[in-house]
Amino acid sequence: MIALENVAYSYGGGELLSDMSLRLAPGSFHFLTGPSGAGKSTFLKLCYGELLPTAGHITLFDRDVRSLTRDDIAYTRRRIGVVHQDCQFLDHLPLAANVTLPLTVAGRAENAGDLADLLGWVGLGALAQALPPSLSGGERQRAALARAIIMGPDVILADEPTGNLDWEMSLRLLTLLTELNRMGKTVVVATHDLNLIRQAKSLVPARVLRISKRRIHLAGADL
Amino acid sequence: MMRRPAFLRDEGKGDSVVPPSGHTAWLTSFTAAAMAFLAVFALALSLAAGSLAARWQASLDRTATVRLSAPEDQIDLQTKAVLATLATTPGIASARAMTDDEQRALLAPWFGPDLPVDTLPLPRLIEITEDSTGYDGEGLRQRLAAEAPGAVLDDHTRWRRPLAVAATRLRLLGFMSIVLIGTATAAMITLAASAALAANAQVIRVLRLVGARDVYIARAFVRRFTLRALMGAAAGTGLGMVGVWMLPSADSAGGFLTGLGFQGAGWLLPLLLPPLTAAVAYAATRASALRKLRELT
Repeated sequence: MIALENVAYSYGGGELLSDMSLRLAPGSFHFLTGPSGAGKSTFLKLCYGELLPTAGHITLFDRDVRSLTRDDIAYTRRRIGVVHQDCQFLDHLPLAANVTLPLTVAGRAENAGDLADLLGWVGLGALAQALPPSLSGGERQRAALARAIIMGPDVILADEPTGNLDWEMSLRLLTLLTELNRMGKTVVVATHDLNLIRQAKSLVPARVLRISKRRIHLAGADL
Repeated sequence: MMRRPAFLRDEGKGDSVVPPSGHTAWLTSFTAAAMAFLAVFALALSLAAGSLAARWQASLDRTATVRLSAPEDQIDLQTKAVLATLATTPGIASARAMTDDEQRALLAPWFGPDLPVDTLPLPRLIEITEDSTGYDGEGLRQRLAAEAPGAVLDDHTRWRRPLAVAATRLRLLGFMSIVLIGTATAAMITLAASAALAANAQVIRVLRLVGARDVYIARAFVRRFTLRALMGAAAGTGLGMVGVWMLPSADSAGGFLTGLGFQGAGWLLPLLLPPLTAAVAYAATRASALRKLRELT
């Protein structure tokens, strides 16, 4: 699905990530952890084609990312749902329009019933017409998750999705992600919240990857 | 049923993904309106210069004048001699002496309509029309000098031709102005579109994140700028046409302004400006948007 082979990424003359090899199997759940600035966000950006590796190969859905055109990358992103810590909404559009944005840009019609179900599932059924700036941090994160999954993606990448949330809201979001994983979605969550990781491991068989010293390692025994 | 162009279709909420306003909105409309307004006048100037050139060219076509100055008691005699000479000159189709009324009409713009032509020592004017073969100017001058010493052949093509050339160049300048106006419009709209794209970098990032192709994002901007340019140009064209319509008429303004403006079907020509401006805006914005998108992401 997503595979990295001896991948390195350099920025500003320095190497941020080095010799990384990893294969994200369908239906797997991975946590990505490491200190701030270790390169977690960069790793995720490499996984959805926002950045290109400076060495090695990345394969997205059996195609080398370097062979993809800009349109191909756009089509690929429709198969990868991304949730950012800062969410990134179109603030002039109501929540429902933001959540259905992936359908809009793909030229696909939205189903009002499905949208209502989705918003209800993430607990935002009553806020469909609210503008993003009026939402709380937790509501924004859940809306971002709803937007990330509305196209039925194969992979969900979440970059510090609970960074601005309290513990209760973090657990609620984690529950949604684990439910998605049980539906067969591949999930990668970048976080430095070890309590969240411990909680998740009690719900799903998650692997924990740690980025340190520019390389990725399998962690877990210490968690 | 005819299918609308892609940029006019708003399938899937097309340009609603772009925030609704900003200074680029009125800037684009204002630029398009101002440029269309100027283009209407440039077009009117071009058409007027064209008709002026055509009129002068028609006047040049194989005409000349013999100016006869002679004492009063000999004027009729020498006129007859000149006419007789012209009648036997190969290459001349016709020749006739202008009447006092015609001469008065020629002088009226300078001296007024009440000029007492019969009391002034004005030369007699004889109008000559050539045939297709033309006449020998130098030979005619020599014959006139012999038959009527006061007769001077005035081949006015010598001074009207530069005027016709000037009118033709004026028309060319008018069309060049329209081209320059179009280019300036494209440049201004390109700048406005680039500014709008830069100001909406966050919107573009979100759209790219959720899988929007460059053409989708570009179309959202292109559609908006094209419609703004179309509306602005329509307003500018309307105002320009009113301005041209309000110009002094040929009768009251006199010779140089004769024909300045649109005549008959010529009034339809300015109506091409709004769609042309929209086409320019479409091409400029699309090129700018696609280039900017490659830079931004």
